[in-house]
Amino acid sequence: MEKTVFGYVWRFSRPQQVILTVMSALSLPFLYLFYEVPKTIVNEAIQGERVSYPIDLGEKATLTLLGMDIPLLGPLELSVEQVTYLFILCGLFLVLVGINQGFKFVINVYKGLTGERMLRRLRYELYGRVLRFPLPTFRKMSQGEIIPMITTEVEPLGGFIGDAFSLPAFQGGYLLTILTFLFVQDWRMAAAAVMLYPLQVWLIPKLQRRVNLLGKERVRRVRRLSDRIGETVQGVQEVHAHDTSNFVLTDFANQLFSIYGVREQIYRKKFVIKFLNNSIQQLGPFAFYSIGGYFVINGELEIGTLVAAIAAHKDLAAPWKELLSYYQMQADATIKYEQVVSQFDPAGMRDAAYQLDEPDDLGPLSGELAIANLTLTDDQDAPVVDGISGRLTLDRRYAIVGAGGSGKDELTLLLARLLDPHQGSFNLGGREAADLPEAVTGRRVGHVGAAAFIFAGSIADNLFLGLKHRPLAAVTYEGEAAALRDEYVSEAHRSGNIDYDPDADWIDYAAAGVDGPDALRAAGLRVLDMIGMDEEIYQFGLRGTIDPSRRPDLAEAMLRARAGLREHLAADPTLVEGFDPDAYNTNASVGENLMFGNPVDDTFDVEHMAEHPYVLQVLAEVGLTDTFLSVGYQVAATMVELFADLPPDHELFQQFSFISADELPDVQALLQRSDRGNLAALPDEDRARLMSLPFKLIPARHRLGLVDEDLQAKVLEARRHFAANLPADLAASVEFFDAEKYNAAANIQDNILFGKVAYGQAQAAEKINTLIGNVVEELELHGTVAEVGLSYDVGIAGSRLAAAQRQKLALARAVLKRPDVLILSETTTSLDSASQARIMEGLLAEFEGRCLIWSVQRASMAADFDEVLVMRQGRILERGDYAELSQSNDHLKELLASE
Amino acid sequence: MSLNQEVDLLRSIPLFANIEPSKLKLLAFTSERLTFQEGQSLCHQGDMGDAAFLIVDGSADVIIEGPDGNNLTVAQVGRNAFVGEIAILCEVPRTATITATTKLETLRISKDLFFRLINEFPTMAVEIMRELARRQEQTNLQLSEANRRLRELEGGG
Repeated sequence: MEKTVFGYVWRFSRPQQVILTVMSALSLPFLYLFYEVPKTIVNEAIQGERVSYPIDLGEKATLTLLGMDIPLLGPLELSVEQVTYLFILCGLFLVLVGINQGFKFVINVYKGLTGERMLRRLRYELYGRVLRFPLPTFRKMSQGEIIPMITTEVEPLGGFIGDAFSLPAFQGGYLLTILTFLFVQDWRMAAAAVMLYPLQVWLIPKLQRRVNLLGKERVRRVRRLSDRIGETVQGVQEVHAHDTSNFVLTDFANQLFSIYGVREQIYRKKFVIKFLNNSIQQLGPFAFYSIGGYFVINGELEIGTLVAAIAAHKDLAAPWKELLSYYQMQADATIKYEQVVSQFDPAGMRDAAYQLDEPDDLGPLSGELAIANLTLTDDQDAPVVDGISGRLTLDRRYAIVGAGGSGKDELTLLLARLLDPHQGSFNLGGREAADLPEAVTGRRVGHVGAAAFIFAGSIADNLFLGLKHRPLAAVTYEGEAAALRDEYVSEAHRSGNIDYDPDADWIDYAAAGVDGPDALRAAGLRVLDMIGMDEEIYQFGLRGTIDPSRRPDLAEAMLRARAGLREHLAADPTLVEGFDPDAYNTNASVGENLMFGNPVDDTFDVEHMAEHPYVLQVLAEVGLTDTFLSVGYQVAATMVELFADLPPDHELFQQFSFISADELPDVQALLQRSDRGNLAALPDEDRARLMSLPFKLIPARHRLGLVDEDLQAKVLEARRHFAANLPADLAASVEFFDAEKYNAAANIQDNILFGKVAYGQAQAAEKINTLIGNVVEELELHGTVAEVGLSYDVGIAGSRLAAAQRQKLALARAVLKRPDVLILSETTTSLDSASQARIMEGLLAEFEGRCLIWSVQRASMAADFDEVLVMRQGRILERGDYAELSQSNDHLKELLASE
Repeated sequence: MSLNQEVDLLRSIPLFANIEPSKLKLLAFTSERLTFQEGQSLCHQGDMGDAAFLIVDGSADVIIEGPDGNNLTVAQVGRNAFVGEIAILCEVPRTATITATTKLETLRISKDLFFRLINEFPTMAVEIMRELARRQEQTNLQLSEANRRLRELEGGG
């Protein structure tokens, strides 16, 4: 990258900078006129000095340039009176206002866009460099440092880039114009006006340099601060586990203090500069008044000239100030740019071509993996992989065994081209590995390490990630979308970004050996099955939701399952109480019974249902308001009776109470001050509190005997009312229970169930699970449910998955892309031994005839591989058949014995 | 059956007879009313226990599974019986399997709640001690009876 910000700006935005400078230059004459016209209006049109009316416009509008008279309005002869002249000049003034503001607008927009495009380019380039960093760089550079550099630190550069050339050109030009004008009028006066400029030009940079250094230091410290914040977030468990919050806080406070210290110095220096600057600026008038005054008194200078000099000095102040502040801005931008760029140029960075090249020959790798003197050293130059040579054939399955620190993990990283060797090389199917672009190593070779990363998104997003290299099927856009896409592409080109379409289909189906999305999902599920993740995916599916408008086929299938389950349940009708529009469901809450549907958003959330005016209106219409108040009163009384003696932190509160421990004293007071016979007279707040309680009552569970048949009948009436009169703007907030319709607000399991699991039936949940499982099996919907499971959201960094699930998913991702060489390194450490054995068996079968290189964590796991490589201290000590090696009295036997 | 009926029922059981009604209500409210069908098991020998059961209606067999698969029914329990408390008192795996022989209505009392009640109501602890002692007595009787028969058999052989 360019070493200086000016170099960068000049290289990537030369035409824009030239255009900006030219536009600025073009605006100067108009700006000059804009200041000139008012003077003419006052002096000539209003005061009538040095002119006699009527005047000839053609003669007046003549520009004298280099001694030649150029008539601007041509040979026009038009005499006008004073008032007309005034209005003509005022009109001209208006036109000039328009022109000047127009220039300003165009220049500012153009400047802003240029800056933003350059900023986009810079960020893109920095991010692209991060992707090309050699892995060891990340040991020294944390994400806490990288993120602010790409996001906030370069931000001010955008503003500066637009001004980089045009501002000094414009303001400098402006200054020169005025200076020239002044020198032409009276050179002594002009010289007096600028006599202190050299002092400023000499002094300010000197002071600024020290501020710059402090600025650099501040950037470094803030970066360290964000590094520390990132570290705390990642290690927050340890902070709590060891009660080190105070230690961490103190460290943070210390860093803040050191930043404050730097900041303080910067402020002092900055304002010293400002102070000096302004003082020097004020020295001008001082000189004029004293020296100029002296000369005037002595008759050596005309008073008019002195006044003009003072005015000129004032005019000069604006551009001069702009130039000085530009200088400071420029200094700041230079620091920021250099600070950032120097961090993004680590040794050993890979070429851009390595990442972007799309070679013609992407055919399968076959033949041999020939390793020659492969060496990797650590930070202290101690060999980790020590001159390994050898040949592996690409149709065999190898196990690498060795103790921790034997270099086996590093060897797998080298072979996957994730690390670069310090010496030696290897040859993959007849091609030098060092010359292979990522397009080859990342597609034909798979690698899964112990800490394989899962990205935020769905399981499918992660599973198919290894197939997304380039957009393959372009999307055809029409109309507005096409225009937007064109703009996207042209903007991408303007700022040197990649112009691929993020919405295109990126999945390389052929790489997975399938022809389309459906077959790919099937293939994905097959791999997950092999990895032993099928049951988990199925369970995710049951708890997942689908959008029936997008997948009517799935919704229809689930309705069939619902019907199927109903048949099964006929044998044991006590298990589930189905939703019946004409019957009260005693296993559902009063709120659910009233609404007879699922809330789609927060509007009718059970917790806040009693606050919704429409719900209250429905209750009032069917005459339930008083009943609810009375039931609410009884619930409150029961809760107070039951829980009043318990300590507030008792878990029974959380599990069973309708009223939280904090609220209980309030409710107690409420009960004491209310008259049970006249609850309607209570203040609104108390009424709302009592009203909210009955909504959560589930008769079958709470057995309080408060929801009697009379109330149930009333609630059914309210249910009909609720549905019939639901205002149109609330219709989207409820998804009503409908036996013939898929409920988009409920998950798949609840849709199949279409009812509530009965309380108080032993093992009801297990029985229901089995029944649903049977139905799903009968209707051959297992794959369909699993497909929904693929859309399960895995959370940030896969945090909603268990460690074992993350490893399995990472493995499945690598297997799905069907690499010629699959390299695994302690990939199954989080799994139990049964799962490990199952996965190993599956993978060995899958990679029959392909190359599998597996660094296993225990020597005994190597038993079923074609060949075993035994490593110690970075060398391969022996290789061969497992049976033979484990018999001979040597290293493998030793490793086996130590297990 | 509503909460108040359950409270009445609890009060008729000696174990809970001396506990004030509001506590029994809490016990009833926070306990799960669980119905078992004939042949279903309340708990399995060897599992870790997290609850005891109060039989509200119906009857069940207490079965000890022998190491050779021979199952021995050691007791039959019915209405008002309190079972499954040993595993939660002693933190040992279930010592027996309890299987419903009719449709069985129970109140499932969780371990936490049970300990809380014992802490608060010494009378309840005494009742439990009394019940355990009674069972011990019964076991001793059975043991001496078994020994006597064993000697008879050996003598006969």
